[in-house]
Amino acid sequence: MAQKWECLDGNEAAARIAYQLSEVISIYPITPASPMAENCDDWAAASKPNMWGLVPDVVEMQSEAGAAGALHGALQKGALGTTFTASQGLLLMIPNMFKIAGELTPSVIHVSARTIATHALSIFGDHSDVMAARSCGWAMLAAASVQEVQDLALVAHAATLRSRIPFLHFFEGFRLSHEVDKIAMLDGSDLRALVREQDVLDFRARGMSPEDPVLRGTAQNPDVFFQAREAANPYMDAVKGIVAEVMAELSERTGRQLDLVTYTGAPDAERVILIMGSGTGAVKETVETMIAAGEKVGMVQVRLFQPFPSEELIAALPKTVKSIAVLDRTKEPGAIGEPFYLETVVAIHEAMGGDEPPFKVVPRIVGGRYGLSSKEFTPQMVKPIYDELAKDAPSNHFTVGIYDDVTNLSLPIDKDFVRPRPEGQVQAMFFGLGSDGTVGANKASVKIIGEGTDLYSQGHFVYDSKKSGAVTVSHLRFGPAQIESTYEIYAADFIACHQFGLLAKMPVLARAKQGATFLLNSPYGPDETWEHLPSSVRQQIIDKDIELYVIDAFAVAGEVGMGNRINTVMQPCFFKLSGVLPEDEAIASIKKFVEKNYGKRGEKVVQRNYAAIDLSLERLHKVETGPAPATVEIPALVPDEAPDFVKDVTARIMAGEGDLLPVSAFPVDGTFKTATTKWEKRAIAQEIPVWDEAICIDCGKCAIVCPHAAIRMKVYPEAELSNLSSDFKSKDFRSRDLENYKLTIQVSPDDCTGCGVCVDVCPAKSKTEVKHKSINMQPFMEHADDERGRWDEFLSIPELDRSVIARDTIKGSQVLEPLFEFSGACAGCGETPYVKLVSQLFGDRMIVANATGCTSIYGGNLPTTPWAVNAAGHGPAWNNSLFEDNAEFGLGMRLALDIQTQQAKVLLKKLAPVVGEDLVSEILDNAQDSEAKIALQREAVAKLREALKGIGGGQKADADSLLSLSGDLIRTGVWIMGGDGWAYDIGFGGVDAALASGRDVNILVLDTQVYSNTGGQASKATPRGAVAKFAAAGKSSGRKDLGAIARAYGNVYVAQIALGASDTQTNKAMLEAEAWPGPSIIIAYSHCIAHGIDMSTSMTHQKDAVKSGFWPLYRYQPSEAGGQPFKLDSKAPSIPISDFVSAETRFAILHRTQPERAAELAALSQADAEERWHYYSQLADVERSIPHLEHEPAAAPPDGPAAGSGKEEVK
Amino acid sequence: MTVDLSTRYLGLELRSPIVASASPLNRDPENTAKLEEAGAGAIVMPSLFEEEIENEEIELAASLEQGSEGFAEALDYFPEVDTFIGEGDRYLRTLEKIKGNASVPIIASLNANSVGGWVRFAKLMADAGADALELNLYRISVDRTRSAADIEDEDLELIAAVRAAVNLPLAVKLSPFYSALANFAGRAVEAGANGLVLFNRFYQPDIDLEELAVVPRVSLSHSSELRLPMRWTAILRPQLGPEVAIAASSGVHSGEDAIKALMVGADVAMTTSAVLRGGPGKIADIEAETRAWLEENEYSSVTQLRGSASQGSVEDPGTFERAQYIRTLHSWSAPSHRTPTA
Repeated sequence: MAQKWECLDGNEAAARIAYQLSEVISIYPITPASPMAENCDDWAAASKPNMWGLVPDVVEMQSEAGAAGALHGALQKGALGTTFTASQGLLLMIPNMFKIAGELTPSVIHVSARTIATHALSIFGDHSDVMAARSCGWAMLAAASVQEVQDLALVAHAATLRSRIPFLHFFEGFRLSHEVDKIAMLDGSDLRALVREQDVLDFRARGMSPEDPVLRGTAQNPDVFFQAREAANPYMDAVKGIVAEVMAELSERTGRQLDLVTYTGAPDAERVILIMGSGTGAVKETVETMIAAGEKVGMVQVRLFQPFPSEELIAALPKTVKSIAVLDRTKEPGAIGEPFYLETVVAIHEAMGGDEPPFKVVPRIVGGRYGLSSKEFTPQMVKPIYDELAKDAPSNHFTVGIYDDVTNLSLPIDKDFVRPRPEGQVQAMFFGLGSDGTVGANKASVKIIGEGTDLYSQGHFVYDSKKSGAVTVSHLRFGPAQIESTYEIYAADFIACHQFGLLAKMPVLARAKQGATFLLNSPYGPDETWEHLPSSVRQQIIDKDIELYVIDAFAVAGEVGMGNRINTVMQPCFFKLSGVLPEDEAIASIKKFVEKNYGKRGEKVVQRNYAAIDLSLERLHKVETGPAPATVEIPALVPDEAPDFVKDVTARIMAGEGDLLPVSAFPVDGTFKTATTKWEKRAIAQEIPVWDEAICIDCGKCAIVCPHAAIRMKVYPEAELSNLSSDFKSKDFRSRDLENYKLTIQVSPDDCTGCGVCVDVCPAKSKTEVKHKSINMQPFMEHADDERGRWDEFLSIPELDRSVIARDTIKGSQVLEPLFEFSGACAGCGETPYVKLVSQLFGDRMIVANATGCTSIYGGNLPTTPWAVNAAGHGPAWNNSLFEDNAEFGLGMRLALDIQTQQAKVLLKKLAPVVGEDLVSEILDNAQDSEAKIALQREAVAKLREALKGIGGGQKADADSLLSLSGDLIRTGVWIMGGDGWAYDIGFGGVDAALASGRDVNILVLDTQVYSNTGGQASKATPRGAVAKFAAAGKSSGRKDLGAIARAYGNVYVAQIALGASDTQTNKAMLEAEAWPGPSIIIAYSHCIAHGIDMSTSMTHQKDAVKSGFWPLYRYQPSEAGGQPFKLDSKAPSIPISDFVSAETRFAILHRTQPERAAELAALSQADAEERWHYYSQLADVERSIPHLEHEPAAAPPDGPAAGSGKEEVK
Repeated sequence: MTVDLSTRYLGLELRSPIVASASPLNRDPENTAKLEEAGAGAIVMPSLFEEEIENEEIELAASLEQGSEGFAEALDYFPEVDTFIGEGDRYLRTLEKIKGNASVPIIASLNANSVGGWVRFAKLMADAGADALELNLYRISVDRTRSAADIEDEDLELIAAVRAAVNLPLAVKLSPFYSALANFAGRAVEAGANGLVLFNRFYQPDIDLEELAVVPRVSLSHSSELRLPMRWTAILRPQLGPEVAIAASSGVHSGEDAIKALMVGADVAMTTSAVLRGGPGKIADIEAETRAWLEENEYSSVTQLRGSASQGSVEDPGTFERAQYIRTLHSWSAPSHRTPTA
């Protein structure tokens, strides 16, 4: 049979094998492994059978710990099982992994290896996770390419059954998990040949059965445990032989040579690098280049890391070897070396100490670290390692790929080392935005060329960390020879820039080679584009003799009705200009691909794409190079008034130059200053809201819904106008309390994402033209300059004194300064308005424990953070621990705060005679239950600090201690934030513990009803009937009522809110939760891009969620005194659930895949809503008090406000 | 005496002249079973709108692509789906299911905005088992550069194209807004229509005064609206001859309404609003009232009644043509205060 070639990424390559060879697949989402689980769930939903004709049971668990537990159980019953994970997820599996291995249970875990979070989280690839799991007793296989990911996946599944040792199969996240390569596919016969039926039967026979009962999982005592532990030794001893045997069988079938270790290089090499994983490609290319230059170098690729193939490694090394560098893609601080290095040293030491030493002279062995968190690893970094090995005393424990100017461990990068381009290879780079479809088109191009021709193809994609206006860079290689370069492109033959605006923001042409072709999406046409290019770009075009072509892709896409999706406009231009395929053939292939991929979505979609393809080539024009610019201007990314760190570090990360920053540029412990998004002016909106003050009714709705704090409201004394220019807009502020005040609504044009939510909710309409509101979306280009000027003036107006603001009204709360601004969340995000509101109400005196997820990414991903400070420098202090422990993390903060406050009070009383009894009383007696009292407390604490500074002598120690604790005398709130994946699933146990603690913590659950950050996997908050990843067939069960669980405690404040449905109820719930001295939990309905909704109308759409009974609004306000704590804030359902859900793709999609099932689930959802309402409306009459409150003094902070304050009803 | 309620419509033998007209209820097999149980002579499914099919495709594709390929942790937000069952497929499946359970004729209805769309779906509906097709010529002509003649010609082309594509009986549902309705009706029949449905009721937008917004609003008909189809049935019946089927639709809420419709020449009286208000059982009420009236007035069959008061059968045919209320001596006596010359 002819070899079948396909283009796919590493995750799919592994998942296809795993699915075929498994019966039970327990899953949990974690980047970058999630797509493996998603693939399996999709296939199971489509009833695709495995190798035995059975559809595997794919089950999502509450955490990786749960997935490992379920896997363990399935294995013990004798079912073939697998799972997929990475990073912290793998760590959560470790307890079960020890058990699975200890019981000699065959299984495979496929790991998209990812950095473990330390000083920071990183989703990118290295070996730190798998190395942390190496003591579990699992065999470990490392793949070095997408091809190997597939092949070693099969080796792992076959070898585990033969050896009874479980296998951990790993490949670097993103570099391999997401890289698309053309690979030779294994087929069913390969799988059947390697996975022997008898092994399966033997495994099944060991499974638990009451027919032949056994006891496994005993407890053993000192007398026997040790011996029993050693009893399994022969099985691990046999693994190397078994893996070698399986590899040999596979090699025989495929012709692709696979070994435990593979040597490449000169037979008489003196310098050898040992490596495993995707870095192999770069080392191999370097070796080939150096050998061609006559150097005696070589390399060993290790595929089986554990059990370590000592003999095979030594046998593979040339006898001539004098020095060896072992490269580890992990860091183990404090260890004498990283694991691969240590294993190698021991292996060679042991061999040299034996009867027949393999080498005449003990080779010098050094270890080095490279590629942490997917840091690039290129031949230019490999060459210096060989250079180092040539020295008499090469550096040991070096690093490569970075500049370490602190401990001076790094080797320099050899920029002059050039790896010759393989003949016929074309290298292309594409700069685009996530929203324009660039990456999708490039993945298509890789497939079109890879699967449609004899050429090899490779696609690697780089994304930034923003969710709105995200920039993507695609690196594509095509050529007649197999592509082994597992690093980015540095000398592109072809560069495409799909967004004109990116030219000013990034060095688009920096990697263009001499004579390259440059395709630009330009709104200016062939005659005018030149003069609109930034001067630096013009200079590069001239210097590098680049050929420039332009197309107005947005015009073409607009004409055929494709909006911003310019992918099928740009793609034909790439094919025409790059010459990879003949033009006619290329166009036919693109159309075939469109039909194959979009055909299932309908004829109309296909026709539009065809129209775009046909029109694109007509509109492609060559641009004649104009004169060189007089001067080359490189505008500063951040203004001069920015802090030094922002200018020196942050700005360079923003400019894509983070790789060039030295070690000394960074904080040693991952601590950064906040308030930095304001320096990152992204200007991503096409349209921005512009205020018409004549119609405004001061409601504040535009500001409260703005997900980015980009439209704001300020109230200020009329006199302030004299400091402002005449075209600064203002109107009289309607207020009974504040006379002669003005109000201004102002947008920050460069921070707005153009989502349009503010305009959608604006209730003020013109009397002469109803479509004209008090704010209206207007073209960015026309208004940006004016609005920029106004924004600067707006910022110059002093904030209103918090004490005079009625923060229990919407307009009051919106006058408060947001201390969470300009996040990179999705345009129209449903979470960020809540986060921003909390920051407005309590931001100057709160600390935040933030679960990993969307909130932690838009809140804490470098380069900038939206968490901000006020003029006094006060603002939220923010921290992220893990995904699974956030509630405990926040509770710990509360425990610390309480004990520190207690200690401060003790010291205060002790020092009262010195600092003044009146001052001490003032501080201790202040209930701090209003902004005014908190302001007084701040003043008193300031006086105290002054007083403490003057204290010397015997009381100095107490004074210093109190000074360090004085901030804890100011009422500080702990806000524990995260999504539903955290609160309902992985962190539920911790949430429960925090609620049960009785301590004053505020838990804010930003409930999007899916794992949003990882792409929309189902959680226990996912409603019935919704389609989500891991619930591809629509979720059968209903959403967990987390609020009911919390209410059961009786002393927990619970609110279920939806800002778009009732902003007043939302605001009230926030205030009440913070005021309640015990635990509080707010469950906030957060619409999400993963719902498949029109994000611009998302807030008004929330009204239907409430009107239909899908999401009732309530507050549960515990009280010592009794009464009816449950207050139902929304009315009885007035519209059917279908009216709400029909506007959401997550529900609509099921009607288009399984209409009968959809109808059945829809009927149940309606019944759910009715039953829920019936139940909740009964709760409104239930009386309950919490007598135990008084017996739990620890629950209340020493001076918190009284329980049950703020009891007003929502009107 | 037993009254024979059977009638012929589009060449189909119906047990009763009371037909459940196109309505959203008729997309649900449970409802159509109830309609049949209540005695409906035939059931018309709601229109399949080609525009809706296209919008669904485009919107679904856009929403599945929203936010995709932009953020490393979430390259998309929905599971991969191999086969989408679009609006057209769902309609056809429902049609098949309804037809499979029904013993009365099931008429499929179609509204398309291109010749290709009409023909493709007309064939698919025939394949799915429809007993007849109803073409819904639903459009609001807003382009001032296009004349009535242009639009009529285009409609006739569509009818001819469908006629050429399928062998099923074909009804054309007309709007009442033609300058020369009688002429167009005749040409529609010449183009291949076996019958006409009089008339389509358009939804009319309304203003929400609270939100100051234009909102879609569907209002149900009342008996008084029967007058319009009655008039045109009466006028067209003698002109088109007995072979062309006519359905009176709009305003049929009671047995009396049905009697009137049949009397002016309709083969069937179609009802929607009454069923939406009263449920499928309303059909049984209308039928019982119709039967009772016929019995009371000693009619033996619907055939006997049909057309007995069409324009050709009434004493003053001009009554159906007058656009304004005209005083005539034999129908009106002048009040005493009027002058004789008035």
